[in-house]
Amino acid sequence: MRTHDFSRFSGTESYITSPELRHAVNVAAAIQRPLLVRGEPGTGKTLLATAIAEDLELELISWYVKSTSKAADGLYVYDTVKRLQDSRFGDHDVSDIRQYIQLGPLGRALTDERQVVLLIDEIDKADLEFPNDLLHELDVMEFTVTETGDSHRATRRPVVIITSNAEKELPDPFLRRCIFHFIEFPDEELMTRIVRVHHPEIGKKLLEQCLARFYWLRKVKGLRKRPSTSELVDWIGALLSAGVQPGQLANEIPFLGALIKKEEDGEAVGKAMAGSAGRWPTDDA
Amino acid sequence: MTPESEAVQTDNAGIFLAFFFRLRSHGLKVTPQQWLTLIEGLARGLHGSSLMGFYSLARGIMVKDEAELDDFDLCFAAHFKGVETDVPAIEKAVWDWLSNPVPPFVIDPEWLKVIHSVDVAALRAELERRLAEQTERHDGGNYWVGTGGTSAFGHSGSHPGGIRVGGDHGAGTAVQVAAERRYQEHRKDRVLDTRQLSVALTKLRALERRGPADELDLEDTIDRTAREGGELELVFKPPRENRLGVLLVMDVGGSMWPFKQLVDTLFSAAHHARHFKRFDHVYFHNCIYERVYGNAAFSDKIPLGDLFRRWDRETRLVLIGDAYMYPGEITDRFGAIDWTERNERPGADYLERVRDHFTHCAWLNPMREEAWEEPSIRLIRRIFPMYPLTVQGVEELAKNLAVG
Repeated sequence: MRTHDFSRFSGTESYITSPELRHAVNVAAAIQRPLLVRGEPGTGKTLLATAIAEDLELELISWYVKSTSKAADGLYVYDTVKRLQDSRFGDHDVSDIRQYIQLGPLGRALTDERQVVLLIDEIDKADLEFPNDLLHELDVMEFTVTETGDSHRATRRPVVIITSNAEKELPDPFLRRCIFHFIEFPDEELMTRIVRVHHPEIGKKLLEQCLARFYWLRKVKGLRKRPSTSELVDWIGALLSAGVQPGQLANEIPFLGALIKKEEDGEAVGKAMAGSAGRWPTDDA
Repeated sequence: MTPESEAVQTDNAGIFLAFFFRLRSHGLKVTPQQWLTLIEGLARGLHGSSLMGFYSLARGIMVKDEAELDDFDLCFAAHFKGVETDVPAIEKAVWDWLSNPVPPFVIDPEWLKVIHSVDVAALRAELERRLAEQTERHDGGNYWVGTGGTSAFGHSGSHPGGIRVGGDHGAGTAVQVAAERRYQEHRKDRVLDTRQLSVALTKLRALERRGPADELDLEDTIDRTAREGGELELVFKPPRENRLGVLLVMDVGGSMWPFKQLVDTLFSAAHHARHFKRFDHVYFHNCIYERVYGNAAFSDKIPLGDLFRRWDRETRLVLIGDAYMYPGEITDRFGAIDWTERNERPGADYLERVRDHFTHCAWLNPMREEAWEEPSIRLIRRIFPMYPLTVQGVEELAKNLAVG
């Protein structure tokens, strides 16, 4: 059983994981269930699939779900309109339906002869019934193109990674078939490692201060959108290219806009800074 | 084996299954299918023969929502306290159960059904087959290490289907990790933030086809094309959209002050929920009489008649208030606390008029449910169905208001 090979996933150089997440990936691969990943925006849910594909040297097929996505479209789309149009003037041979069948991401993952990693990103964005409509295909890993009668069955079960922002509750039968993992927001130690991957040149002191500000910001009450990992990485990038020195973070947060994206949140932070006399991180001493 | 150690063994055999009953009794909707998946995982050695591995394996399979993580941790910590090193006991329990699949105590009918439907012999054979396979595959390098002779598939280091887990968790045992209750903030019954409420509110919808026609209507296209004698006639139809509008009626001032932040949170959640056809809000104080107000300063007066004209019967009405007041404000003529109101009829009459205009309405109460026996709250509950202002409460409300 080749599936045993998957117990190798251990993160990549640019993608740092927690041991629990690695375990979840390996369990899901071993018992051949989709891995459902949830967590705050910016905790690297989507990047996980890229990292797995890279680590296991498999091709990655991504399916970015939108509010209008239909489950069936993931398998294939039959372009009726094009065929009808082609048939109007008789200058096309429209008898071969296959030329109007376009495989979707799921369809491609199931028909690929090699094993692939399939990412179904933000599954919760689509209609409530969307996940249920995928149940059968994800279970048996086969599908039939109704229009042509062609059946496809995956020769190698893809590794399926599904991300969700919990915008809608996912249906129970769907959840029961998944291995669930909730990506926790990284603690300072893990965050230090993550930042170092992106900005290896950053000085220890500046990094410590950035993290102190960052975690303080996340605790400000009433924020609509708390800054996430990706925003921290961008912010530090901005600080570095502007040549900000550690001392400059003592009384202000330069480029606050990189961390705080909403006007109301900016006001909340301003208020919190003004009234934070004793609580402002005082690690500069 | 002494009789004493036998007793311990029996106890251990129960611990595995008892864990599932504990999860279920804590309200986690664990199903027999999930349980069988866990057994499969154990049989494949995915727990890496450590309790930490078992913890993380079981959590991945049993928990389906971060809101349940805390309950899982609580159950796990309570259940496996004191047996932290006893992985073989869990493994043995799996085998004991397979050889005699009878739950040791309470039998849940749903479980019983599945237990009867399981072909134990086949399951066992399958597990044995896999284990044999795993052993074979392992002959090249590492080999099985029995753990005290009780386990058929325990293993000390890396496992064929196995996972490197234990080593990563040097800092604490599984029970310690579970006891940290790191997921407490994700509990649904405690926390309330804008986002969670928005999620809860998404249940409040009823879809119908509206807006620009940009979906191909195949049936109509075929029909029309046929009528045109084969000349292609494409017909499009509008996509499905939510047809529900929501009117939020908020009690402000007085006893509602302590709940201001809570109500604000709900308000911004509802305001940001873009899926409503229409979202509006008006204000009142304590009880509704002749009018409600368009602003919290009570200067923009909206008589009930206007309210009914501006918001049709299909609008979902959600009142928010603590319903906590002098009962006379509801039951008496001129009982209004605000002298400018001069209510000719008891407050209850006006409340009933409001209720009767809308096909769907509900009252959200930020007070703890224990306090709902207060006289005024009981009076209000006779008129409006009341839900607690929690994520769960809003979910319930949304579900009930969404029904045709």
